[in-house]
Amino acid sequence: MGLERLVVCTAGAGQLLISGSGAWTADNVARLKAVIDDARPNEAPKLEIDMGEVREFDTFGAWILERLMRGDGRPRQVSLVRLPERFRDLVEDVRQTNRSAPPPRQRIAWPLARLADIGRGVEAAGAEALRMAAMVGALVELFGVALLAPRRFRLTSIVHQLDRVCVRSVPIIVLITLLIGAIIAQQGFFHFRQFGADDYVVDLVGILTLREIGVLIVSIMVAGRSGSSYTAELGSMKMREEIDALRTMGRDPLEVLVLPRIIALVVALPLLALIGAMAALIGGGIVASIYGMEPSLYVARLREAVSISDFEVGMIKAPFMALVIALVACIEGFQVRGSSESLGARTTSSVVKAIFLVIVLDGIFAMFFSSIGM
Amino acid sequence: MEDASAPNAIEVADLVVEFAGKRVLDHLSLDVRTGEILGLVGASGGGKSVLLRTMLGLIPKRQGRIAIFGVDQDKATLQELQTLERRWGVLYQQGALFSSLSVFQNIEFPIREYLRIPQRLMREIATAKLEMVGLKSEDGEKHPSELSGGMTNRVALARALALDPAIVFLDEPTSGLDPIAAGEFGVLIQTLQRTLGLTVFMVTHDIVALRTICDRIAALAEGKIVAIGSMSQVLETEDPWVKSYFRSVRSAPSSAPATP
Repeated sequence: MGLERLVVCTAGAGQLLISGSGAWTADNVARLKAVIDDARPNEAPKLEIDMGEVREFDTFGAWILERLMRGDGRPRQVSLVRLPERFRDLVEDVRQTNRSAPPPRQRIAWPLARLADIGRGVEAAGAEALRMAAMVGALVELFGVALLAPRRFRLTSIVHQLDRVCVRSVPIIVLITLLIGAIIAQQGFFHFRQFGADDYVVDLVGILTLREIGVLIVSIMVAGRSGSSYTAELGSMKMREEIDALRTMGRDPLEVLVLPRIIALVVALPLLALIGAMAALIGGGIVASIYGMEPSLYVARLREAVSISDFEVGMIKAPFMALVIALVACIEGFQVRGSSESLGARTTSSVVKAIFLVIVLDGIFAMFFSSIGM
Repeated sequence: MEDASAPNAIEVADLVVEFAGKRVLDHLSLDVRTGEILGLVGASGGGKSVLLRTMLGLIPKRQGRIAIFGVDQDKATLQELQTLERRWGVLYQQGALFSSLSVFQNIEFPIREYLRIPQRLMREIATAKLEMVGLKSEDGEKHPSELSGGMTNRVALARALALDPAIVFLDEPTSGLDPIAAGEFGVLIQTLQRTLGLTVFMVTHDIVALRTICDRIAALAEGKIVAIGSMSQVLETEDPWVKSYFRSVRSAPSSAPATP
């Protein structure tokens, strides 16, 4: 189409003639606007628009024409001539639009807006805590009811979830914890060797993995892997009204969807933590043999270094971590609103909150166990 | 827009589409003339949407040729495809609005992608589109999740028409609308068709729309077009499926063909 002429402006005595030609379509709208803006300052009291030569015309062109005819508030006599018949309906339609001024944006002063943000944040945090308490309460009640009628535990669903969050995550958990164990041992040997304390590397690896790292790393992995998928699943079910459908069928979504997921995770996490701890010990052992420590010596030293209470400390923490992860994931899932953006935001916040709470919980447990001397 | 004057906007010849060995479209041929409104009817699950999606290049075909404005998508260069995509608008069954964008942003999205227009002018044009499909400018700030089914349909139409395309594909556009709104919707399509020389390919079950706004009707059954032509021509056909589909129309007292 090239750069054909779209508009010719002729200024006459007290009158401005604008003759359109060519294609008044979307592709040319920027040029059209520029030409018309140039013509604006003309003070002529009469404006005539000639559309006779316009070949193509669409809504964009119609709106430019309408804008021209409305003018800029100055009193002006506007006439439209030679408008081809086939364009008339569209011009009429466009004339009806943009009649109401857009509502003015509410602007709040910057410091006030920040204050409002803080207030909303506090309110949201309070509501969040309340939701968590409500969910825990409802789940405890459900659990009690289900204990009396075990069929309500939905064994099939629990097994299915167990397969997803436990069995299928074993390879990645083993790989990660093996590497972590190896790294701890390597760092230990590197630094302890300077003062001939090679043997204590085994204490370091054993106590650290059994008490802390094993369960913590596994919890963080599970929050990222299973917690996020819980949130995304429940969230998209919420978006597609599947949860409402469930509710109208007289089934409690907490019982059908949440309880099996939470039970599965509470069972899965101690198992994964155990597997993870074992893998970390093996990783440490591999590095130890690279540094010249016989595997039999490593195992014998390990037996002396760790006690059953180290193992217990790690294992006792695991189900609580699982509970926190699953609760946060399910609550966040139910908070998803209509947009795909909110699904993403909730999944992110589920993982971030779960990891944060897991670490806080670990700290609380550390204080608790040290005060009871475990 | 040289080729817009070609007699056929869409040419589908000998099209075969299969899913996992099941033949959905069986040597189907269909021409849509430039500037007409063609209504496609067919049984639910009978392949109407499959035909539409194959035309748009979303579903691979086993065999056959599809040309839109003379552009065969198998042979077209990237440039030609881009030009083609700029000139068609699609209204999906569920609206398919971008849920994280507001209504205005949804309508402005194609405009922003293809044209360089100042924001203010773009917003005015988006408002014009929104009001032309029968919504208010206040609705523009809403997000898709806050819209009712009918409103979603209208916004989706506004988005499909955002760039004033030469051809629009509508997949059951009036399904969520009340009869009055559906009627207005038909009038809107007709206005746009007259002014812009728009070609409309519409999948619909709305008998009123078929009768009042469609220039021709095509019936799809068992993977083939079994009847095509004006309402009265289609009513004449002997195909059993077409007969039973239109039985309600024929028996209805108001079946005198209303001409647009």
